[in-house]
Amino acid sequence: MEFFLIGLVAIGVGTVIWPYVAKTSAPWAGWLSAVAPAAIFLWLLTQAGPIAKGEIPSWSGQWVPQLNVALSFRLDGLGLLLSLLISGIGFLILIYGGAYLKGSPHAVPFFVYIQLFMLAMLGVASSGHLLVLFIFWELTSLASYLLIGLSHSELKARKAALRALFVTGAGGLALMAGILLLGLAGGSFDLHILQQNGDAVRNSPLYPAIFVLVIFGTFTKSAQVPFHFWLPDAMAAPTPVSAYLHSATMVKAGIFLLAKLFPVLGGTAVWHDTLTLTGAATMLLGAVLALAQTDLKRLLAYSTMSALGTLVMLLGIGTELAVTAAMLFLVVHALYKAPLFMIAGVVDKAAGTRDITQLDGLGCQMPFLAGAAALAAFSMSGIPPFIGFIGKELLYEAEINAGGYAVLVTCLGFAANAINVTVALKVGISPFRHRGRLREINPKARNLTLLIGPILLAVAGTIVGIFPAILGDGLIHAAVRDVTRHEPHVHLKLWHGFNWVLALSAVTVAVGVILYIFRDTVRALARVAVHCFPATASEMFDATLAAIIRLSASITRWIQHGNLRLYVAVVLVCLCGLVIAALASTPWTLAVPGSAVRLVPMGIALLIVVSGITAIQSHSTVMAVLAMGGVGLGVALLFAFFGAPDLALTQLLVEILTLVLCALVFRQLPAIRAISSASERNIDLILSAVAGAAVTIALLAVRSAPALDSGRVSADMAAKSLPEANGMNVVNVILVDFRALDTLGEIAVLAIAGMGVAALLLGSGRRDLRAELAIATPLFRTSVTWLTPLLLFMSVVLLFRGHNEPGGGFTGGLLAASALLLKRLAESDRPLHGNRTPLLLIAGGLSAAAISAVPALFFQKTFMSGFWLEGSVWLPFVGKTKFGTPFLFDVGVYFVVIGVCLLILTRLLRTEEPRKVRVA
Amino acid sequence: METLIILLAGFLFACGFFLILRRNITQVLIGVLFLSQAANLAILAVSGLGTGISAIVQNGAASPPSGHADPLPQALILTAIVIGFGVFSFAVVLLKKAFRDLGTDDTDHLNKADF
Repeated sequence: MEFFLIGLVAIGVGTVIWPYVAKTSAPWAGWLSAVAPAAIFLWLLTQAGPIAKGEIPSWSGQWVPQLNVALSFRLDGLGLLLSLLISGIGFLILIYGGAYLKGSPHAVPFFVYIQLFMLAMLGVASSGHLLVLFIFWELTSLASYLLIGLSHSELKARKAALRALFVTGAGGLALMAGILLLGLAGGSFDLHILQQNGDAVRNSPLYPAIFVLVIFGTFTKSAQVPFHFWLPDAMAAPTPVSAYLHSATMVKAGIFLLAKLFPVLGGTAVWHDTLTLTGAATMLLGAVLALAQTDLKRLLAYSTMSALGTLVMLLGIGTELAVTAAMLFLVVHALYKAPLFMIAGVVDKAAGTRDITQLDGLGCQMPFLAGAAALAAFSMSGIPPFIGFIGKELLYEAEINAGGYAVLVTCLGFAANAINVTVALKVGISPFRHRGRLREINPKARNLTLLIGPILLAVAGTIVGIFPAILGDGLIHAAVRDVTRHEPHVHLKLWHGFNWVLALSAVTVAVGVILYIFRDTVRALARVAVHCFPATASEMFDATLAAIIRLSASITRWIQHGNLRLYVAVVLVCLCGLVIAALASTPWTLAVPGSAVRLVPMGIALLIVVSGITAIQSHSTVMAVLAMGGVGLGVALLFAFFGAPDLALTQLLVEILTLVLCALVFRQLPAIRAISSASERNIDLILSAVAGAAVTIALLAVRSAPALDSGRVSADMAAKSLPEANGMNVVNVILVDFRALDTLGEIAVLAIAGMGVAALLLGSGRRDLRAELAIATPLFRTSVTWLTPLLLFMSVVLLFRGHNEPGGGFTGGLLAASALLLKRLAESDRPLHGNRTPLLLIAGGLSAAAISAVPALFFQKTFMSGFWLEGSVWLPFVGKTKFGTPFLFDVGVYFVVIGVCLLILTRLLRTEEPRKVRVA
Repeated sequence: METLIILLAGFLFACGFFLILRRNITQVLIGVLFLSQAANLAILAVSGLGTGISAIVQNGAASPPSGHADPLPQALILTAIVIGFGVFSFAVVLLKKAFRDLGTDDTDHLNKADF
């Protein structure tokens, strides 16, 4: 099994390497990339014997042990069968694709996606765990989307790719839900265990839901009615893709999963009815639609759809005979459909068209291609001694013994098979028949490499037809055993003697030939039948999708109306609703514990109230800004009064910077004027009053909570501040030590906000812009010359003593920023452009803060715990100071704050019009 | 005292709400600032105001004097003040740019174009 997994890894590595080769030579990339899948193919062949005997190769590795998800691979008979198809046809397709896409711009992405797809598909076939399988399953959908859309400059290809993605993606979602329920009902996601717990799943109340979801997932993947439409559309992909994904492998993934889950979900009446009827309907519809086509690839696509229907129907019938027929047909179909697709590609290249009404006479010019086409077409028609004949015999036998639906499925099967013969003749014979007319052949099509795949596969189909035991005794036997879970009696024979089945086969071929002879009439009739429907499935799907998009657009327009005030109003109404709901749902009392009312804070409160009323009433910008300052000052005073000196300091400094900011910006905005009407004002007033009341009540209710004043975490912090963190100012210790990680996040947010502002202000990029607002009086300049160093010194003192007394990185940084801003205002002449200092300060500050976290990592202590140097230093103006990582952290904060403030404010100094306003 | 400060915070909230409901962008900006002031005040008041002793260890003592104010909400508010300033400047610059590009100070007309 390790060999297989190494092969998978090799394919994965190949997705990166071979596209580079394809850049210079696509054929070389084809040959080189074919090595890994060819090696896997050969290894799989050596495993056929042991697996037939019941020795299942498996491998399991840890992936998410907490969720009991193992990366497990297990190759049973069924998985082996599919893996052989994937790797065997896969390496031929890679060789073919390299030659086919020689010189095409699609070659490079083709080799990325197709190998990714191959990897995913082999993963699906060999997964032993449902969740692992699901991941590979989704990867196949994704790769298929990319491959269908290879010619992404064409609208048709993009549309087809999106359709396929929507349909298979929706199926994938359903499948995921189904798999989760399945794991719940069956007690495990391990496929091996699940297959033994089939009865538990079938008797589970979840069974109907599991069934519907899994069936939806597999039917969309395998293009069953009514999800079939994406498959013919997917023919927009280059032919190697169609030959590989949409005939031989990906569409078989749905069938594979149905077969894999047959022991778990199968055997019930609903399984029997749903699969048999849907399969039969798909089989017939695909065949009838094929009759109406003239494009080689679309013909093949519809016949593939018909074949997928047949397979689902056989799994629905579910007898041992039917499962055997299904497993054989899986191989048979791949053996003739893949070469026919490849041949269609060569024909397209040679003649420049895929229209069968215009193709003829290629045979004598391309005899080998014609020979391979004939072999594949005869196999598809079910003529002895080809493998297709055995497949069809078995198919009829299974249909005749299908129990309740025997008559129905036999009749439908007969019709589909007869049409299949017609399609085979149209694709494999008609383009090559000589009608005495030689046509120009594109020399690019005369490439022997293009012939390798079709010839090998067609010959293989002939050989296993003559010696069916090669397939039957080993592969098919093992696959049927692992689906039905008992020892089957598989004996494939070419000759069963004269019986009803043989007669039916003969009549089928005869009817098919007749349909072929009258092909033009039949096509016209089929077209009439198709036109009876008002719209094709693709059109209906597109219309539905467009309707959904329109609906979501109108909902978005309704919700996202773009009116700022309405957004705010909605938020406020919801806020009130939330508060009411919260208060109504939990018991609460209004008993606010509190300290005694004192006079000073009442006075400050009065200042705030008056400022607030001024702010909402005033129509003068100056008054509004003053009122704003009043509120800020009041709040700072309250902080000071209630034992929060750090907050008071910070608030005051921020207030100064805010005022500068407002002075810089507001004078560029028009004066406040009354825009809203009186009634609007009144409504807003009521709404804000109610929302304010709601917030107040919520706050009071929180304050009344009895648990609020006991067992606070901060008590612990206050006790540990000095002994463990060497800091006397507990607030600062919390910021730079106990909760340093929070602070790190906060200064990062600050840095991002600052850079956002800078980005918004990038503007004109003129190099000669100078500070617009320059207070360049001599007196001001002189005083600033003295004041700035003094203020900067004070800010450093604040930073150093912050750990023990009010101060710290935040306040120090704000003070330093104010000082530097003052200096900037005095220097009207220096150009503003290209000043990187603030950005460097921010980067340096963030780095310092981050570096301070590093030592703890090396000593296996809690992340960001502090390290201190022994002893302390006496510093003037500061006193005894200890140094350690928290101090470094605070220095980082200091620089980030300076950088952000400078970044914002110096950029605001300039405006678009370089006019100079002198405030003397 | 807590009740009164909470009422004061609620009043500031109401003023802020009213201001950000204005159509004038200058008033909206002042409203944003009011809301952050109100929130800071609310955090302080809800956690209890105490008697005005700050959480600073005195020389020679091992822990802050009894009855000290709770330091944790203060640490929260401190960063909130600075971040509030960052957010406020961002809003100021955004609306200034909106005004310059769209030529209106009326928020009802700010929905007319993407800028």
